[in-house]
Amino acid sequence: MRPAVICRIALLVGLVAMIEVLCLTGVIDHITMQPPHRIAIDLLAILASGKLNGAIAKTMGNAALAFGLALVIGVAGAIPLHRFRPVREMLDPLFATYYAIPIFAFYPLLIILFGLGDAPQIFIGAMLGIVAVIVNTLNGLDRVPGVLLKTARVNQMGPVETAWRVTLPYATPYILTGAKLAVAYSFIGIIGAEFIMSRGGMGYEISFAYTNFDNATMYPLIVLILLVSVAVNTLLARWEKRLMVRRGLQ
Amino acid sequence: MTDGSPKSAGQAQVSLRGVDRIFDAARKGDPGVHALGPIDLELRQGEFFAIVGPSGCGKSTLLELIAGLSVATRGEVAFEGRPIQGKIPEGVGVVFQEDASFPWLSVTDNIAFGLRRMKLAPQEQQRRIDWALELMGLTAFAQSFPAQLSGGMRQRVCIARTLVTEPRLILLDEPFGALDQQTRLLMGDEVLNLWRKTGATVFLITHALDEAAMLADRIGVMSARPGRLIDIVETGWSKDRDSRIVQEDAFGIITARLWRSLREESIKSLGKPGKAA
Repeated sequence: MRPAVICRIALLVGLVAMIEVLCLTGVIDHITMQPPHRIAIDLLAILASGKLNGAIAKTMGNAALAFGLALVIGVAGAIPLHRFRPVREMLDPLFATYYAIPIFAFYPLLIILFGLGDAPQIFIGAMLGIVAVIVNTLNGLDRVPGVLLKTARVNQMGPVETAWRVTLPYATPYILTGAKLAVAYSFIGIIGAEFIMSRGGMGYEISFAYTNFDNATMYPLIVLILLVSVAVNTLLARWEKRLMVRRGLQ
Repeated sequence: MTDGSPKSAGQAQVSLRGVDRIFDAARKGDPGVHALGPIDLELRQGEFFAIVGPSGCGKSTLLELIAGLSVATRGEVAFEGRPIQGKIPEGVGVVFQEDASFPWLSVTDNIAFGLRRMKLAPQEQQRRIDWALELMGLTAFAQSFPAQLSGGMRQRVCIARTLVTEPRLILLDEPFGALDQQTRLLMGDEVLNLWRKTGATVFLITHALDEAAMLADRIGVMSARPGRLIDIVETGWSKDRDSRIVQEDAFGIITARLWRSLREESIKSLGKPGKAA
């Protein structure tokens, strides 16, 4: 194991140990936070009882859907944008300022448009991730060497086959960078939206537990979200690294 | 200007008649860049033809016109009697100077790249891949990725990828430009070997006079921009030649003639006044 990895693990373990000590010694009182070992036990109990399985499934399902939409629409949108330079030049400044827009402020409008179900939450989750995917995909497509495009032409390939077999595979590591951001944005969008006005999901359960001083539910759910988000990102990062190594870039 | 029609009998596979290539100006109002022409040239079936010329004389532009990657501003380019005009003809393979291997594909998948759309039986695909791997000395690296190979081996992957489609015309755009002299001589032997085995016509762009003198049946010498053919040299080598011909007196004579034709043009391309030798 590399020294950097050992140091990283040591840092995280040290941080958790410090919180544990601060909680057990009463420096952090039990109403503010429970010790990490207690959170772990509560999380296992919640998962074993299945009482929040519906909420967990709703949030994870909606986040996965939002992520999938962001990825598909982002990549599919980037390809024509890359081909049609004037459209891209028109939209580039908008992409640069996109994350300055507080999308949650449009929630009432989204309810009018999509109703009270999950659709507005999925829309927010997807919209937060789409631009990250588009920008990173465009970055990858910009780097495709001209000689690979000429090779595609010599092999009689049209634009769709060229995108499928040459430009998108070349841009995959960059698309994965966008995908990692889209995972985080999807969770932010879905859980944020559930906080504001949903009647279900992990965001709603965390909000409900918070207003009822129910730390035995709130902290385990927060930790669960953290674990899932970090696990998905780690998987994507490993895939990205594998591709980079294969290409001699790392 | 020299007419590049072959002197000996043999059907022209590629013909260029009055071909010019003028690139549009970067800014409105500026004159366009006359890169090439007028060029008249015929490549006969199965010959090895090399082009030499000063930097920026339009050698690669000429290759792109024949490959259908670029369109002539004036004149006509035809392959096997059919005009090309920017349409990539079937039966033409191109090996570029730059590394054109696909970094995400293994050597085998790189070589198979052009076969997918040919709708061949899987056994025939595999036979061609195995043949190309063996011919290019890549069998031991079949499952390697390009990043694990040297520059010369990656270039061999690209040549193998072109060969498996069994092109009737192979265009080589300075394929050994990035290699050292010894490797270039050995790669030259390999190209001659595959030329004999495939029977394809080979059109080689190179800046190395010795490479052209060793490999080609005929060598076209191009002027400084706009590139025109100013000389066609017939080498008279036998078909079973290899890199050992560099020891022969005739090799020195051919190389000297190429340099005599090219020296003035190379000086011009550097923007200096010419001085005849």
